[in-house]
Amino acid sequence: MPKIVLLWTDVSIWLLAAALVVYALYVRSQPDLSTTWRKVFAASPALSAFVVLMLCLLLTLADSVHFRSVLPSVAGAPAGSVAYDARVRSVLDVVLRNLVESRESTYSRPLAYVGFTKESIEINGKLERVAPRLLHGGVHLADPGTQWRGDVIRRVAIGLLLGTAAAVLACALLVALLARGQGWRATAVAVWRGETAIPWRVACWTLGGILAVGGATTALIGHYHVFGTDVTGNDVLYQALKSIRTAFVIGTLATLATLPLAVVLGIMAGYFKGWVDELIQYLYTVLSSIPNILLIAACVLMVQVYLDKHPDSFETGVQRADVKLFLLCAVLGLTGWAGLCRLLRAETLKLRELEFVQAASSFGVGHIRIMWRHVFPNVAHLMLIVTVLEFSALILYEAVLSYVGVGVDSSMNSFGGMINLARNEMSRDPVVWWPFAAAFAFMVGVVLAANLFADGVRDAFDPRARAFRPRVLVKKPA
Amino acid sequence: MLEIDDIKVGLDSDAGLVKAIDGIRLTLQRGETFALVGESGCGKSMTALALMRLLPENGRVTQGEIRLDGKDMLALPSTAMRAIRGGRIGMIFQEPGTSLNPVMRVGDQIVEAIEAHTALRGAAARVRAIEWLQKVGIPEPERRIDDYPFRMSGGQKQRVMIAMTLAAEPDFLIADEPTTALDVTIQAQILDLLKALQKERGLGLLLITHDLAVVAGMAHQVALMYAGQIIEVAPAAEFFRAPKHPYARLLLRALPDAVRRGEPLAAIRGTVPPLWSDFAGCRFEPRCDRAFADCATTPPPLFEQPGSRCVRCLLYAPHAPQSVLAPGDAGIQAPREALARAVHPGIGASSGRLLEVENLAVRFPIRKGLLQRTVGYFNAVESVSFRIDSGRTLALVGESGCGKTTIGKAIVQLLRGQAVIEGTAKLQGHDLFSLEGAALREARRAIQIIFQDPFASLNPRMRVFDILEEGLLALRPDLDPAARRAGLEKIVDQVGLRREALERYPHEFSGGQRQRIAIARALAVQPKLIICDEPTSALDVSVQAQILNLLRDLQRELGISYLFITHNIGVVEYIADEVAVMQKGRIEEAGPAAGVLGDPQSAYTRTLLSAVPKVPTTAVV
Repeated sequence: MPKIVLLWTDVSIWLLAAALVVYALYVRSQPDLSTTWRKVFAASPALSAFVVLMLCLLLTLADSVHFRSVLPSVAGAPAGSVAYDARVRSVLDVVLRNLVESRESTYSRPLAYVGFTKESIEINGKLERVAPRLLHGGVHLADPGTQWRGDVIRRVAIGLLLGTAAAVLACALLVALLARGQGWRATAVAVWRGETAIPWRVACWTLGGILAVGGATTALIGHYHVFGTDVTGNDVLYQALKSIRTAFVIGTLATLATLPLAVVLGIMAGYFKGWVDELIQYLYTVLSSIPNILLIAACVLMVQVYLDKHPDSFETGVQRADVKLFLLCAVLGLTGWAGLCRLLRAETLKLRELEFVQAASSFGVGHIRIMWRHVFPNVAHLMLIVTVLEFSALILYEAVLSYVGVGVDSSMNSFGGMINLARNEMSRDPVVWWPFAAAFAFMVGVVLAANLFADGVRDAFDPRARAFRPRVLVKKPA
Repeated sequence: MLEIDDIKVGLDSDAGLVKAIDGIRLTLQRGETFALVGESGCGKSMTALALMRLLPENGRVTQGEIRLDGKDMLALPSTAMRAIRGGRIGMIFQEPGTSLNPVMRVGDQIVEAIEAHTALRGAAARVRAIEWLQKVGIPEPERRIDDYPFRMSGGQKQRVMIAMTLAAEPDFLIADEPTTALDVTIQAQILDLLKALQKERGLGLLLITHDLAVVAGMAHQVALMYAGQIIEVAPAAEFFRAPKHPYARLLLRALPDAVRRGEPLAAIRGTVPPLWSDFAGCRFEPRCDRAFADCATTPPPLFEQPGSRCVRCLLYAPHAPQSVLAPGDAGIQAPREALARAVHPGIGASSGRLLEVENLAVRFPIRKGLLQRTVGYFNAVESVSFRIDSGRTLALVGESGCGKTTIGKAIVQLLRGQAVIEGTAKLQGHDLFSLEGAALREARRAIQIIFQDPFASLNPRMRVFDILEEGLLALRPDLDPAARRAGLEKIVDQVGLRREALERYPHEFSGGQRQRIAIARALAVQPKLIICDEPTSALDVSVQAQILNLLRDLQRELGISYLFITHNIGVVEYIADEVAVMQKGRIEEAGPAAGVLGDPQSAYTRTLLSAVPKVPTTAVV
């Protein structure tokens, strides 16, 4: 039995996923809320973005089960004692072990079969500067000069086909799910023509696209490095995939960490007014006047010093890096609540003058109960909108922080870390562009999806947003 | 001549295609005031917007023509339309506060209109603007022309708005609820001004309003709208003398006034149908007291009647059965029974003092500076005294800002910690302002409040049951859940809602139903006194009648007292036993309703009463 390693962020992510499921069930039980959510998914970009985000979440969850495998027993070890690998691996690492193990000596271009840097090799007694063959990439080709192109095209084609087949299967499953109670064929036609209330067709196309590209990539990995390798010869695709988890952890945990302070203080300030309001206002005004990055750098460096002084408190490097990530989220949360707090204060100021709050006070209902029953549910939509919007902002922020060097641990893969390393690579000649390009593409993909989804949420939940974007009347009487 | 020829307007909404206007035809001549009347949501404002081609983005004229001197305006390019808007047809909106640009001097705004639509420029335009300010009755126009809108009162802003609109010298003027946001004395002034200007300049005035009394004093022609259609057109005098459509008849009878005291108002049952539905027959049929079999299946056309009148009702079809034309009273409660009630007013009779307020003063601290020190006080209410007997109704009447709502809030103890309160308010001998703890809770049970806006007074995120239960949870901790539910079900019956309403959310109800829920919430804790803060001013006339009837019935059955805060004199005449007229935080005049309203002693009361527009009493049919 491998030893399960419970990282703090793993626990948080799984709890979060569970909370998401519970929330989804709650939404289903509330007709009002489910109508609003249906409005979110009725917007094609939001639905498409949601599919992307869910796939990323799956990846994150797979990357959030960590364990240390059992080492084969060594002769001389006491009987019954089990030694564990010092490396902590996740389920995703096992799935991607091809990528982990196919390590080259240094840079190589995407899909290359020779290294990027030339070496002096003695050929027929003469020293020549040639690019050496890679240890893993394209090693199965006997005569790469003639076979390479055909091999790549063949593999991509097969991968695309298999991916598309998988996508068709997934869509058929979806249609079968939707068709409960009604005709299978009618549902399929409705989905295909885009006549369903929620544009499932868009979801199918998104899923199809991702699965096809994924299929082609899967067909190539193990034989080629799709995004090349970095300075130490590690596969760039693997790093990009691992970075998704870091981005997700920061995006979700840091946003959630802002909520308690923002909600409690914001509602209190708006509800009580007077000196409570003054105090809270001064607090967040001061906080937002301090350069955020300074505060974060100070906190992160303090954590770093603590970890360096107590090297024994954690068994492995991964655990240490994880604590650092977790605390970074907490720090981001503690420093980033001012915006939402201000918003909730303003909304509460408006709500408390509304007559249903006054009616409750005329019943002598207590302050806490009024805030909980009358104010909070009426600002909850703001909280949701800001949370979803902040998510992408924090992913971008992580990249900035890691670039500056106060972000996540350097041993942990992250978009910021990749971009930080790309600083030198982009200033070389010839340029090593692929790690940067990979980080860029993946990050833009995730953030764009998050933003599109956030837009959908805002349009559905914010009554004012709808007023500014009325649907144009297209129906004309026959 | 401005002609609207059979236009239809569709609005795309979440619920589907809303047919906001369904075939309206009207002609506006120069020198004539044409009133478009109807309850909210009947499409009267949408008609004005369609006329100006200012429909919201999700709306469109789907059929028909709007002709200005014979030319179809809907076919004009938008540049030509811009010259017509303002230049040929001016428009005044309801809210003077938001129709002026707050960061522009009023003079500049008027000059802008003059330069856009006349040949005058520069200094000449400014001189003309001053003339116009003079004409609409702004004192010292030479000085006020350089003021910003925030320096003006609501009435003055509306005057400026009128000056600005008329300065462009339009032939036609559309006034969309021009006085609804104003106090009654200001309303009278603005209406007089509009009337004088209309006569002087020979304007064609399209007056859009929900207030039948305003129409009575202003209009030559009246068109009554219901659910997106015009259902009766008549000369104003004829309309009020002998309304023909059953809806018009019921509407006029639903107006509360002194004559109807002691009898139930003709509340029109039900509410306006949603406009996204398809109508098989007459749109008013479900609420009509004169409906017969054909009404549900045949959509009535507009029937021409003698005296240039039109009615959209099958009763007036050429071959209509004569028997149904005879006026009847089916559908509304029989007045005979009501008369009996008035003669034998059950427990409603006075039985001792309930609330005695003496020398009440409410002062709001004005805070300034870094530490929010109190630098002064705003005296909202000064030395006010009155008393309410049990089972009686005291009406507090006054214009906005006179402190009537503040008194209500102070008595319900909503101003604790916010304002300095002096004086006493004795509820059966105990001073409310000095109560604490259990005694305060007891007092809260005895006094409850109903608010004006039925949309803001119910928490949209709570089920009706939770809303009603809240008071019981806070004030009757002795009740168990079953007893609470039983009590609430009884109250829901009392206010005329179905029991299934308990499980629904407020947004599923109409304004009148929401006000019933608010009344039920107040009733749930069995109060002795209910403060009604403008409970019907956000409601349509027909719904107002329902609510007033309900309040009256509840008083009769439960012996509740009301402190009725309102600016609507008609409602006061109808419901109040005693009246206190307020001005600037003081009571000007108080006494029995008949005395104060019939023979006012103070000058202010006389001004107030004379400013109230009246529906001609001959309208009592």
